[in-house]
Amino acid sequence: MTAYTGRLAGPPRARGVGSRIAVSFGYALGLPMLLLVVWGLVATRGTSRFFPGPLTISEAFVDTWVGPAFVADVLPSLYRLGLGITASIVLGIAAGTVIGLVQWLRELLEPLLEFFRAIPPPVLIPVVMLLLGITDTMKVVVIVSGAVWPILLNTIEGVRATDSVMTETADSFRVTWWERLWFLVLPAASPRIMAGVRQALSVALILMVISEMFASSSGLGYRIAYFQRNYLIAEMWSGILLLGLVGVFLAVVFGLVERRVLRWYHGIREVNRA
Amino acid sequence: MPDRNNLLRVEHLRKVYEATTGDVEAIGDISFTMDAGELVCIVGPSGCGKTTLLKCLAGLLRPTGGVVEMDGSPVTGPSPAMAVVFQEYGRSLYPWLTVRGNVELPLRHKKLSRAERDKLVGDALEAVGLAHAARSHPWQLSGGMQQRVAIARAVAYQPEVLIMDEPFAAVDAQTRADLEDLVRELHRSRRISILFVTHDIDESVYLGQRVLVLSKSPTWVQEDLAIDLPPERDQITTRALPRFTELRTHVYDQIQRAKRGQAVAPQSAR
Repeated sequence: MTAYTGRLAGPPRARGVGSRIAVSFGYALGLPMLLLVVWGLVATRGTSRFFPGPLTISEAFVDTWVGPAFVADVLPSLYRLGLGITASIVLGIAAGTVIGLVQWLRELLEPLLEFFRAIPPPVLIPVVMLLLGITDTMKVVVIVSGAVWPILLNTIEGVRATDSVMTETADSFRVTWWERLWFLVLPAASPRIMAGVRQALSVALILMVISEMFASSSGLGYRIAYFQRNYLIAEMWSGILLLGLVGVFLAVVFGLVERRVLRWYHGIREVNRA
Repeated sequence: MPDRNNLLRVEHLRKVYEATTGDVEAIGDISFTMDAGELVCIVGPSGCGKTTLLKCLAGLLRPTGGVVEMDGSPVTGPSPAMAVVFQEYGRSLYPWLTVRGNVELPLRHKKLSRAERDKLVGDALEAVGLAHAARSHPWQLSGGMQQRVAIARAVAYQPEVLIMDEPFAAVDAQTRADLEDLVRELHRSRRISILFVTHDIDESVYLGQRVLVLSKSPTWVQEDLAIDLPPERDQITTRALPRFTELRTHVYDQIQRAKRGQAVAPQSAR
């Protein structure tokens, strides 16, 4: 009797944990796997040399990027990207906080900001190139010129929308200016700031590639453009694959940071939903 | 040396909101005094400018006329001698800080040692019965507990007078009774002076040593009523006392009179 019930109780518990992991893995990787298989089949059937099979590309990936090219091209790109993103975040939050807090400044600048934001940053590349030469600084400036806007505008909105009762609370307890900035204004704006940073990351990646394609002698964008001009098709695709992986890496890092910074925000939403 | 008895003195306080559609006189002429260690309730019909009055007292709003004096010196801005407990605890506590962080925040600019600050925070949380929840975030607590955190924050600030703006309007009846007893307990054991603004007549009579009944807007003090109930009060016996019923009926009539003034005005205009 006990053995019988024991056996009955066993399997569901095992399926509980094991199958849940299997299922979530299945969902995460199922479609990419399927696409790879379809791609492989199409590539072996097809004759177009512009669409090599996944095996050819993965070989090219290892040959191209594992080795000296990692130091010569990948690291410089990541360096520019990292610097550009960091500068955008610092500049966007600092300027956004000041503009958000000072009403006359906001009214003065808002139309201008909307105008600058509307300019597609790639058109600035020749101008920046003329001013700064073909340097890393030029690429970082191009990245910042595009990536700073979502952060800046979101910070302005977030800072401006600080709750009036929260502000009155700080007033009534005579909380100092710096404490107010650090414990009230920035945390209150953080959900919007993080939304801006998320947008900025993808803009920064795009601008890194474009700026390197335009004017560079190193970097992912430069390398991919080089492969394209020289009909190194599998190598070109491997570069595009690497760009995708960089994007995924950025998203994962962002997700980890966001979960830490906005723990309270997600917590409240969960409580409200329950 | 200021008169020790007169902690708070309000004289001919007047507040007019200026608007493009015409000025709105929220507070007509309010005068009263409050002694150190008193628990005074302010009650009035809805829309009578209770919150405006409170903000003027707390230095959050500049009155149009009259003076507010704390310990003999005029209040021109938020004063370290006052702490406010707002009605909307959800918007007054900072959700990104823990309970401890919220209580600690107003103490940061006071020149206290780490140990002194910790002691004040721990002591205040103990007083409201939330010592166990120091590391929680406000949104993890019930409404009543959140308002306790706000009270702890005000208590830790060590004000001379605690100003409470309809603090229990948003919590359920049972929690409300508990919180009322907490306020009385804090007043009794810590000798904190409390100015308690409410629209609840029973609450004002149960809590207060004095009840100020306000008129409708533009507001003046319609009556300053001493509550001659015994100092030891509890929810069941005190509320069952005949004197309690008399007092609440009296206050109720006063509020009705205040409202009727309001009800007559449109008729005469017609």
